[in-house]
Amino acid sequence: MEHYLSLFVRAVFIENMALTFFLGMCTFIAISKKISTAIGLGIAVVVVLGITVPVNNLIFNYLLREGALAWAGFPDVDLSFLGFLSYIGVIAAMVQILEMVLDRFVPFLYNALGVFLPLITVNCAILGASLMMVESDQTFAEATVFGLGAGVGWALAITLLAGVREKLKYSDVPEGLRGLGITFICVGLMSLCFMSFGGIDI
Amino acid sequence: MSLRSFLDDIAPNFEQGGKFQWLYPAYEAIDTALYTPPTVTGGPSHVRDALNLKRIMMTVWLAAFIPVLVGSYIVGFQANTALAEMGATTINDWRALILDPLTSYNPASLWDCLVHGLVYFVPLYIVVFGTGILFEIWFASKRGHEVNEGFFVTSILFTLTLPAGMPLWMAAIGVAFGVVIGKEVFGGTGKNFLNPALTGRAFLYFAYPAEISGDSVWVAVDGVTQATPLGNAALGEPYGVDWMTAFLGNMPGSFGETSTLAILIAALILVATRIASWRVMAGCVIGLAAMTLVFNAIPSSNPMFAMPFWWHLVLGGFAFGAVFMATDPVSASMTNTGRWYYGILIGVMCALIRVVNPAFPEGMMLAILFGNLFAPLIDHYVVQGNIKRRLARV
Repeated sequence: MEHYLSLFVRAVFIENMALTFFLGMCTFIAISKKISTAIGLGIAVVVVLGITVPVNNLIFNYLLREGALAWAGFPDVDLSFLGFLSYIGVIAAMVQILEMVLDRFVPFLYNALGVFLPLITVNCAILGASLMMVESDQTFAEATVFGLGAGVGWALAITLLAGVREKLKYSDVPEGLRGLGITFICVGLMSLCFMSFGGIDI
Repeated sequence: MSLRSFLDDIAPNFEQGGKFQWLYPAYEAIDTALYTPPTVTGGPSHVRDALNLKRIMMTVWLAAFIPVLVGSYIVGFQANTALAEMGATTINDWRALILDPLTSYNPASLWDCLVHGLVYFVPLYIVVFGTGILFEIWFASKRGHEVNEGFFVTSILFTLTLPAGMPLWMAAIGVAFGVVIGKEVFGGTGKNFLNPALTGRAFLYFAYPAEISGDSVWVAVDGVTQATPLGNAALGEPYGVDWMTAFLGNMPGSFGETSTLAILIAALILVATRIASWRVMAGCVIGLAAMTLVFNAIPSSNPMFAMPFWWHLVLGGFAFGAVFMATDPVSASMTNTGRWYYGILIGVMCALIRVVNPAFPEGMMLAILFGNLFAPLIDHYVVQGNIKRRLARV
């Protein structure tokens, strides 16, 4: 239990997807103008990550890795070169389903997220989490906790950025930096604040 | 010729179309620092209050001089004590040129210690103030806003967070980063979201870790190394001071953070004049104490887990941060309810970083920056909650 808790905390704070690895930047910066939409997108990412990482973990462990097909009578087959293809396929299918669910049940969020919802498919944080899962050779339970943690960390980061950007509506940024420029600076400063967790070993 | 008429005489040079138009912010800053500006709001809504931004900032600036004097005395006392132990009668430094004619190096003399400490503090402050005001005036004249007293506060608080042995050029880089990236890119005082002094300090901390947190920076004598009590505690060694000494401040540390008593006096002034929020300060203390009690209950091999909260309160930068840094009205929460949550978050984070994170023995700086990040979000929810409650009433 303690092991999973520390894995979760690490994924949320210490190895934050957005502020430590700078993954998923395009949506992170594009959808962080309003707190309510940022939370919506954050929840969508938590759901997508929470499902795709464990599913990809199953695919990797029982289909792709070297010797994984032993149960089907092919102990020498190594299909791991199909990794990228399978992971992104799972992610795309998952996002498609999520899009239909949102369209049916939460139309305001569907409209607010717009084109960025299908773009979650190519959000590097999502694929990145799956690849990190493969890299660190996690079990199914670990992958579930890690996926949720990475999602919660990313959602927290985008919500904080949205709060900061709502506050910055009243600021007077030099012309050349308005919009994306100042947002990049904000993200950099936020990352500096998240350095407080760097070095914690749990 | 009085000063007022002199200022009025030279005013046309700085106004629209004058020779030194680009220096207008500098002129305006000097003029309004000396005299109350004559301009009043033209429209019907005009709030009359003796406590304007200028006075708020100046009160904080003056209150900060209590830790400055006490801190300088402590730096001087520690340096003189170390010199007396080495049997030295002078120092090998350009500072000796100033010190030798003025004082001896007697640790028992109040004057000797104070002057010795000030010889470290004043050059640092001059460099910090000079560099910062250069960037302020540059931005102000380019962008057409005025130079504002906020920088007085930023500069003195930034200097107070530095150790005495800090190289001057590093202090200059740190304050330049804090002023430009922490404040001016957002449009100047009141428009930033992080505390500019702490932004600069954090930048220095990560850029030059050895010079700002190593063992050799805390005592202002070449070749003398001493760790801060928090550094000792993190290694499981005796702190090196007893509680009362730590409260009064005679221990190695940055200029402002050592004497909790001096900070407490400054805090009373700031709270009595209602400039700093007592809710934030109380929140910090509650958060720190609560989190520390939780850690005390957990058995662990890490010696920091067992440190009681009354030690946490007097060691390191906690008191200084809670009184001067966390209460910065720009980067803190703006709502009263929010201030409680904001303060508690900072206290909890401070305890967390100190106890759990082996990389940083001191956590207050990063805890406040982390709290600054959450402040807008906390405010958002407090306001939303208010709207919801009032809607339910109609």
